[in-house]
Amino acid sequence: MSEELYYSTISELSRLLGRRELSAVELMRAVIERTKKVDGRVGAFNSFDEADALAQARASDERRSKARGDGAAAPSRPLEGIPVGIKDVISVAGQPLTASSRMLARFVSPYDATVTLKLREAGATCWGRLNLDEFAMGSSTENSAFGVTSNPWDLERVPGGSSGGSAAAVAAGEAVAALGSDTGGSIRQPAALCNVVGLKPTYGRVSRYGLIAFASSLDQIGPFARSVGDAAWVLGAIAGHDRRDSTSVKAEVPDYHGGMAALADSGRKWRLGIPKEYFGEGLDSEVGAAVEAAIGEYRGLGCEVREVSLPHTRYAVAAYYIIATAECSSNLARYDGVRYGSRSGGATDALDIYFRSRAEGFGPEVKRRIILGTYVLSSGYYDAYYLRAQKVRTLIRRDFLEAFTQVDAILTPTSPTPAFRKGEKAADPLAMYLNDIYTIGVNLAGLPAISIPCGFTRGGLPIGLQLIGQPFRETELLAIAGAYEGHTDWRTRRPRL
Amino acid sequence: MTHEAVIGLEVHVQIKTRSKMFSRVAAGYGHPENTLTDPVVLALPGTLPVMNKEALDKVIKAGLLLGCEIAPECKWDRKNYFYPDSPKNYQISQYDQPLCRGGFVEIELPGPARNVMGEHRKIPLTRIHLEEDVGKLTHAAGVSLVDFNRAGTPLMEIVSEPAIHSADEAFAYLTALKTVMIYGGISDCDMEKGQLRCDANISIRPAGASALGTKVELKNLNSFSFVRDGIALEVSRQLSVVKAGGTVAQETRDYDGQTGESKSLRSKEMAHDYRYFPDPDLMPVQVGEEWKSAIRAGCPELPFDKQRRFQKEYDVPYTITSVLVPDPELSDFFEEAARLCGRPQAAGNWIANDLLRELGSARIGLGQSRVRPAHVAGLVKLLEGGVILSTAAKEVFIDMFRSGELPEAVVARRGLKSETTLDELERWCGEAIAANPKSVADFKRGKDSAINAFKGPVMRAAKGRADPKRVDDILRRLLAR
Amino acid sequence: MAKPIDLNLDHVANLARLDLTPEERARFSTQLGDVLAYMAQLNEVDVSGVEPTAHAFPVVNVWAEDVPEPGLSVEDALRNAPERRDAMFVVPKVVE
Ligand SMILES: [Mg+2]
Ligand SMILES: [Zn+2]
Repeated sequence: MSEELYYSTISELSRLLGRRELSAVELMRAVIERTKKVDGRVGAFNSFDEADALAQARASDERRSKARGDGAAAPSRPLEGIPVGIKDVISVAGQPLTASSRMLARFVSPYDATVTLKLREAGATCWGRLNLDEFAMGSSTENSAFGVTSNPWDLERVPGGSSGGSAAAVAAGEAVAALGSDTGGSIRQPAALCNVVGLKPTYGRVSRYGLIAFASSLDQIGPFARSVGDAAWVLGAIAGHDRRDSTSVKAEVPDYHGGMAALADSGRKWRLGIPKEYFGEGLDSEVGAAVEAAIGEYRGLGCEVREVSLPHTRYAVAAYYIIATAECSSNLARYDGVRYGSRSGGATDALDIYFRSRAEGFGPEVKRRIILGTYVLSSGYYDAYYLRAQKVRTLIRRDFLEAFTQVDAILTPTSPTPAFRKGEKAADPLAMYLNDIYTIGVNLAGLPAISIPCGFTRGGLPIGLQLIGQPFRETELLAIAGAYEGHTDWRTRRPRL
Repeated sequence: MTHEAVIGLEVHVQIKTRSKMFSRVAAGYGHPENTLTDPVVLALPGTLPVMNKEALDKVIKAGLLLGCEIAPECKWDRKNYFYPDSPKNYQISQYDQPLCRGGFVEIELPGPARNVMGEHRKIPLTRIHLEEDVGKLTHAAGVSLVDFNRAGTPLMEIVSEPAIHSADEAFAYLTALKTVMIYGGISDCDMEKGQLRCDANISIRPAGASALGTKVELKNLNSFSFVRDGIALEVSRQLSVVKAGGTVAQETRDYDGQTGESKSLRSKEMAHDYRYFPDPDLMPVQVGEEWKSAIRAGCPELPFDKQRRFQKEYDVPYTITSVLVPDPELSDFFEEAARLCGRPQAAGNWIANDLLRELGSARIGLGQSRVRPAHVAGLVKLLEGGVILSTAAKEVFIDMFRSGELPEAVVARRGLKSETTLDELERWCGEAIAANPKSVADFKRGKDSAINAFKGPVMRAAKGRADPKRVDDILRRLLAR
Repeated sequence: MAKPIDLNLDHVANLARLDLTPEERARFSTQLGDVLAYMAQLNEVDVSGVEPTAHAFPVVNVWAEDVPEPGLSVEDALRNAPERRDAMFVVPKVVE
């Protein structure tokens, strides 16, 4: 059974752990073993601290034996003893925090992110530092200073990004679940490309304190998991208002897992909207076909499917890259080699430190975005670019809210294409940016959205389906995703590694 | 052609709070280097700002005290520039929506003499906004050292209109502003501790002209006298440039108070472009009526209003009020003493002269003084009642300043009670008058010197222990009957 | 809206405190030229009377009470410092 452990779901594992048929240490060992076996090829991890992970697992087992008598810790503490991988852009006290950048190659964080604290409170084991596109800027994980992560389904291809390490780790059995961050699709797109579930919560639902900021008004932390139910467990653990994040929203956290189960039993018939703008040119035919098939499934489940329109969709990429780069140009100013971070040698004066350290510390995509963001904010251009983009953002948001007057959720492809070959788009930033076309609008509107497996190409590459929900209605979103997942077995397929 | 100086001041005032502007680590001065930091202050990766309610309250209070209009809504912006003392390499500030607009600072210009009140004027304000302070750089051989204790301290920027026309006015402006801040408990404005910093924008123009001349920004005016001297120097520098037929160049100059000279700062940095944009990490602030009125309820009487009231209500002279009023504690001390003895002028004199003198030589503040209003009031009463002579009163004061004993106790302990009481004196005066009708007649005929004839016997009766002035008063009163 | 040719890379790179190699300059100016040209399509949108969105879910008056909490020890504060002297961060001389 033990080689199966690392591919089990949180629901299965917490049952075994609760019955004392499995210890957290055994589980952690199985995952470590698996990671050592496959990560040389997958490259999902920047680093992991085996001793620290086992110590956390041991502590979990002790908590459980103390709690002996009150029976299973599940479902009251579903994450107790579960190894959850952490994207290397989320702070864990005493561990490296690199954002996959040379700039932070030797940075060790002295504090815990709020989500890290919440995972600890839930009893989970914070496991490893997962690779990403430098500072979460990219859609392929190729922009990492520490090597490219491979797609477990085809090692020649990218896992997507920026949270490629998180998606690949869950897909390859190197973590039971993982945390990523999503600014323009960085959770959903890699989830789609790696055949796992990826959830981007409503903006403000999960604290950003301890998440290295890329674009503050768009960033949101969310889970990668092997099932919609597992995603619900993890979201329940990390969601909630945080006094350390002024943008986190004061709304109490429902029981997502119980809530979606209840909705499933209620037999409620959902109304799904299909935005015609998301099915035009640029959409890969096999991806289109898989999504159409999924729509058929939903019809078969008795859901009402109707066309909706999101007319400003075509402006989303432009507005997004203006807002995101403007915010990042300011957010990344702190990386200057003065208080921390890599400092260039041979700087003659303080000013020199900046120019050289930043030139040496940042990779090309980060530099491109800093330049672009600095430009759109510079005097004389602010109104033409940044201010205008923020107004277009308002229109994009209105489109969605308008659509939600007719439907419960919006169904789209997650990514226009399946996983592409390494290097294929590296030379053409614009082509790479356009890859985010279906995921970006959601961040601009601050909505929750989930990507779930919905098939494979003839070549055996995973295809993902995106469901977009209404603000703070993650329970419904999960229920709708769960309904489809329950009638398909895509999520149970494993890559050959 | 005569010219006039046009001066606008940008004053940065540190706000008195326990924690910093956007994080909860303690704020303070004089702590060991880098002991007042946290992940937010150091701008570690992943940290976020959360605003300090108390700092908002205090800026609103400052705005209300200075007659500003408080913005119903304001937001936060990022001012982007790189400097080693700035942890995020942007400063969270308020660009186009400051918390306060308009308002004014009432100033008092130097009077013709120290004991005469000077002319009062109102210097209009442009705006007051809230922001965060930076760290401190010290320059050593070849390197600079950075201490971030100050970084993140709440900072208020008070911008005046270009409506100041002399170094003396600028000095008066700062003095008045500081007093208001101290009255409001908003800041101690100690320039030595960097709690108040001042930059000046200075230009000159032909008298009567309305257009502004080319302005020079004068920096590092880090003491009240440096502000006055630095501005005076810059104004005369510009005048001589113009007199020599030259034109004033737009520049930033650095004033060195030690040498009394200023030099042009040519910064390596090219033209500033701060790329202001709304900070996505912070939500806007809305100030409703109830919030404002709650703060208004805690606003003190303004210093100059208090001074006018003291002069009117107690008719205490300017020489005394100008000493009492700048210090709110001293003013309260005075009002309490005046209430207890009903003799405001006398109480004011003892406090403004003797008390301050003793506090000064003992190098302690009013807070540590053992002499309280009751002591002063008691002393005034003993003196007025003739229980002690003014010579003895001085001794009593010094004694009670040391011992803290009430004046009655000191008089008793030291036997300073003048043995002539008021009624004794009156009896002796009456007897002296009765014994010398001729001199009474002379006096009533207008021969004033005749009064001296009665004094000898009274003094003999009092064995010299009588206050001649008081004897004179009593005799005249009795003779007037 | 500004044309891509307005992109003065040297000025912008200076504002951003980034040294660019000649190769980077060349590559960026064409790549960013394309991106800015693509962004120009925002001009088509009629945004008259539209409020800008700064926050997806705007709330106001989010603050903390003024109650101090423990911060970092000096050691933790300086642990990641590239160069330190005693309790201070060291940078090459700041040229005023
Ligand atoms: Mg200023
Ligand atoms: Zn300022």
